Formats: sequence, C-alpha cells, structure tokens
Amino acid sequence: MSDIILQVDHMTMRFGGLVAIDDLSFAARRKEITALIGPNGAGKTTVFNCITGFYKPTEGMLTMTHADGETFLLERMDDFRIARDAKVARTFQNIRLFGGMTVLENLLVAQHNPLMLASKYSIGAILGIGGYRRHENKAVELARHWLDKTGLIARADDPAADLPYGDQRRLEIARAMCTRPELLCLDEPAAGLNPKESDDLNKLLMSIRDEEGLSILLIEHDMSVVMGISDHIVVIDYGKKISDGDPAFIRSDPKVIAAYLGVDEDEAGELAS
Amino acid sequence: MTGTNAKKGRFAAALKEAAMAALLAAVLASFLLGVRTIPAEGGLSFYYRPMWFAVAVAGVFFGRLFLRLIWWRGDRTTPKLYDKFTSSLGGITEGWGKYLGPVVIIGAFLLPFVASRYVIDTSILILTYILLGWGLNVVVGLAGLLDLGYVAFYAVGAYAYALLGTHFGLSFWVVLPLAGILAATWGMILGFPVLRLRGDYLAIVTLAFGEIIRIILLNWYKVTNGPDGISGIPRPTFFGLQFKRFGEHTFHQFFGIPYSPMHRLIFMFYIILLLALLTSYVTNRLRRLPVGRAWEAMREDEIACRALGINTTNTKLTAFAIGAFFGGLGGSFFATRQGFISPESFTFIESAIILAIVVLGGMGSQIGVAIAAIVMIGGFEVFREAAQYRMLIFGLLMVVIMVWKPRGLVSGRMPTIFLGKERKSVSGDLVKEGEG
Repeated sequence: MSDIILQVDHMTMRFGGLVAIDDLSFAARRKEITALIGPNGAGKTTVFNCITGFYKPTEGMLTMTHADGETFLLERMDDFRIARDAKVARTFQNIRLFGGMTVLENLLVAQHNPLMLASKYSIGAILGIGGYRRHENKAVELARHWLDKTGLIARADDPAADLPYGDQRRLEIARAMCTRPELLCLDEPAAGLNPKESDDLNKLLMSIRDEEGLSILLIEHDMSVVMGISDHIVVIDYGKKISDGDPAFIRSDPKVIAAYLGVDEDEAGELAS
Repeated sequence: MTGTNAKKGRFAAALKEAAMAALLAAVLASFLLGVRTIPAEGGLSFYYRPMWFAVAVAGVFFGRLFLRLIWWRGDRTTPKLYDKFTSSLGGITEGWGKYLGPVVIIGAFLLPFVASRYVIDTSILILTYILLGWGLNVVVGLAGLLDLGYVAFYAVGAYAYALLGTHFGLSFWVVLPLAGILAATWGMILGFPVLRLRGDYLAIVTLAFGEIIRIILLNWYKVTNGPDGISGIPRPTFFGLQFKRFGEHTFHQFFGIPYSPMHRLIFMFYIILLLALLTSYVTNRLRRLPVGRAWEAMREDEIACRALGINTTNTKLTAFAIGAFFGGLGGSFFATRQGFISPESFTFIESAIILAIVVLGGMGSQIGVAIAAIVMIGGFEVFREAAQYRMLIFGLLMVVIMVWKPRGLVSGRMPTIFLGKERKSVSGDLVKEGEG
C-alpha cells in the first residue's frame, strides 16, 4: 500500500502575478485510483499540465517511480519524454483525437516509438529488411485488445471524428493505454457522458487498475465516478490542498463541503451535522 | 393569386440582384473598358469608349437576370452538373479508379514511342512539376507545414549538380543522390529555426528562406557566377554512353543506330519518369510507416502527439528533409535538362506554382497532385496561343476549382491500415489541414 508511484512535493505554479498552484504536495500510490477534485478554477488541470510536462512548475519536485524502482524527476523533462520515458500517459479535457485518421490509426500512432525502432527509423522498412511487418502486426494486436476492452472494435476503420462523443472519450483512453504507460492521467473522463456511459467508464477504469495493474490519476467533477471508484482523493481549492484521504473521509470533511458549497467552514460543519 | 405574387416576388428579387451586379460591373467597366489612354502629342490623352461600357453593363444585367430566372431555379447556387463532376473525381481512388494509376503509368512509359517532340518536351516539364508537387506534398499535405520557399531546395539541387558537374566533372548519377542529400541538409537547416513557428509565421519565414537562397545565388558571384548563371552543365549519360552526334562512346554508335536528337529527349523523359515514380513510391511507403503516421498525426493535433511521446521536433525535421530531398532531385534534373541555370529560374513564382499544384490537387493526395500538375502546366502550354489572357484564364480556373472543391480535386484521405476487409477513404471534411 505504501508503494508510491508519483510524489508531488511543494509544487508551485505562477503565471505572472497569479499563483495557480500554491505549495501543493500529495502522493499517488501504485495500483490505486487517485482522484484530484476541487471547484472550478481550483487549479486541477494546471496540476495535470505540470505532471505531464505541458507546463514547467515554478517550484517543486515531481518524482515518478517505476515498478522496477527507476525514478524520474518530471519537472526536468520535456513533455514528450515524460510520455515516452517516464511512461505517464494522459487524456485531455477537450478531447484531442486525430480526427481525420481512423480509430486503428489513432492507436498505432500511440505506439510510435516502439514501431519507429522496429522500422529501423524507416530506412529498414522502406528497403524491406528488419521484419517491420511482424512488429506492426503485434501493434495491431495491442490495438485490438484495447478496442475490445472499450467496445470500439466494430468502428476500427472509421475516422475518429465520426464517433459519438462517448466513444471518443473511450478511444482517447484506449489510445493512452496503447503507449503502455505506468501511470494514466485522465482529465475529466466522464465529462459529457450519460449515466450509462459513465457507469461503463467506471468499469473500464477499474479493470485497467485491477487487470492491467495500472495506477490512475484522474480529475473529475462527476461525484458518482469519484466516490465510486477512487481509492484516494485529493481536494484542492485556490491552488492549495484542503483535504486528502479516502472517499468516506472526504465526504464528511467540513472543509471540502465548505469549498463546494461556497460557505464558511463553521456553517458547513453545522450543515454536515 | 398567391402563385402570381410569388412569381412577382421572384422577378423583383431577380431584378434587384441584376441591378446590383450591373452596378458593380459599371464601376469596374468605367475604368477598365470605358476609358482608354492613347499616346498623343505632349503626353497621353483619353479615348472614350461608351459602347464598350454600355455593352458590358447591359451584358451583366441581362445575363444575371437570365441566370437568376432560368438557370438558378429553386435557390440552387450550384447546378447539379458540377456536383456530379466533382463527386466522380472524389471517388477516383476507389472503384474503377484503382486501375487508373497502373494504366497511366504504363501509358507514360509508352508515350515516347508515339508522341511528338513537343509533347515529350511538355511531358518532361509536367513530370518535373509532378515530382516537385509530390515532394512538397510531404511537407504541406502530410505534415501540415505551410512551406512557401520550396523552390530553395530546387535551387540547391540544381546548383549542386551545376557546380559539381562543371568544376569536378562528377557525373549526373553520382551527383543526383548528393544533390538530394544537400537539399535535405538545407531542409533541416531551415527546419531548425522554424520549429516553434506555426501558421502565418511559418509561411513568412519559409518565404524569406526561399528569397535568401536566391539572393545568395545572385550575389555570390565567385561561386555561382551571379546573374550570368552557369552554362555548359554536362548531360547525363546512359551507362557511360553520351548522347552526342560526334565523339567516342556515343549512344547511337554503341547501338548501331543513326543519330537522332530525340534519343536524348526520350532518355530525359525516362529519367524524370523514374524519379517521379521513386518519389511516389517512397512517400507512399513512408505514409504507411510510423514516421508517416506521425506526420499526419502532427497535422491533426500536435499537442496530442507530444502527449503520446512523439518527438515532434524530429518529426517536423524529417518532413522538411524528405520534402527537400525530392526538391533537390528535381533541381538537379532541371539543371541537366536545361544545360544552363541562373537565379532567374528560382523565383517565388515557382514556389507559388508548386504550392498551387498541391493545394488544387488536394493536400495529401498523390493522384490529385498529378492531375493538378497536368492541368496547370499542360494548361499553360495549351493556352500559349491566348498569350496575354493566359494568366487570366488560369486565375479563373483556380478560383473555379476552389469554389467547386475547396479542399482540392481529390480531398479524401485513404487510411494507411485496415482492420476489416472494406477499404473506404476518410471524407476530406474530417481531415485537418494543419495549423502551419
């Protein structure tokens, strides 16, 4: 239980005079689902962007530890190296698929780095040496595995932009999984989903945790998702951590209720009791 | 009662529209047609042509009225015929279109046996532009990076062969890959500073790069001979046999056939045909490899690419380098075909023509680019008679194509891999054009 995959220490992010994240520390444990919640504008996506390298945090240390014990200091790495070497995959709040490419192509682009090696940096594959075809078939098998899991197999040859919204969300998760990550970061995966889709999503995320042994860090507004599947919840407001614990603890924490209802802490205490 | 009212309303609307069009025509025609300056003693004097003016305005008025009342019934803005025509072009990669490529290629190989000197000459020119179009297609169509200075790589390739061939006596076949590699190197040199730029900014820097190369060629007199150009560029040899009337090791002597200047022309035709097919093969192959998928993914969404661990810096550089490589091949062919090159041949208009071919053809589509090159360059030749109106006709043609098919002649995108049996292309409306 104490095996920590991602340790965030004293992270601060300033945009000019605006302090988006203020001295935030938390840890995500291996093979657990950690949820990051907070009211709108609390800085959740900024935390994500710092972890995945799209922003460089102003201060702080982010340590990623692989299962084999290798550690990576994420704040020093480029975004694509975080995905490639530190094995942190992410999805986006506003879905970013390759719309003009098919579902299968999306999943193959996600396996770019191993395939690039297999194609001997294209030179081997153009000359027809190095057995690229075999590697590509393997990549297609991995893609097929995730298409099966996400229920998208029938639409594999359709352009990604043609899929309905809920399918696009699942495709983005499948695509992130095809990079073979150790930590999966999901930015509001349930946004815009109907109750059934959001229930399916819960099952998918739990199977990713239990069957694939992955650790998940997610931002979510949908409390049925957060409370239903999270092992551990971190609540932030105005860039500061206000609470940290398991779902039962968070549900009854007056500070959290206060932040969400927009009332004083004392009043919230009264409301809770 | 209501019927006549509606009719009246339609007539009134048509009349109004025709009047507006006539007004616009009047404004334009007043200067362009109504007045003409003629040389007179002590300067210019005006010569008025009221009839021209009146005919133009009346023509527009009645023409518009006629179109509105008879042709454009039921508020249709484009007649059905256009739709049929364009949808048949769009389906060119499917169905019977599958056989089109091989048939055209076989036809091209047989062409020199039947065609006249003029046709072969024009075909060589067209093929050169097809090669360049396919090369630029990698950068613009696949990677989505707008490059307005493609002619720079063409120039690098041409001067590479011209200088190495005239000063060091290197043969065309040795220099050809070298020229490609040199151009690719310059592609990367251009690539580095522009990596962070997108959209308009990228276009401006590539435009400037093209001009820089041309101005260096113009001013570095000691090496490039400046505006005088380089002449006496050696012609390519057929396994060491030269295409000359006299001398040793000549083609006609070796094969024991009478000398004909056509031999060299036909040889040139086959060289450029093979170079173009090489370009087509390599880019088609690359598109199905991880690097090609990464180019297209980068065009669709660069941020998502980075989130998947793709080094977009390297990916962009490879796109620039591969595109430039083929530009270099085209350039050194151009040098050996002309026998003489000067910076005059590498002006911005060349870049513009190549880009126009790619855009008209449909970004990312090889067949589309080939058709566009034939239409554009072949059209230039066909309308040579029309002299001064040639450019006008071309402008019109381009506008028409862009109105019909805003995404080019062949706008669909063929996926690079299929899980199922059915092969269908992705509609052009879904494919992004890239921000750069």
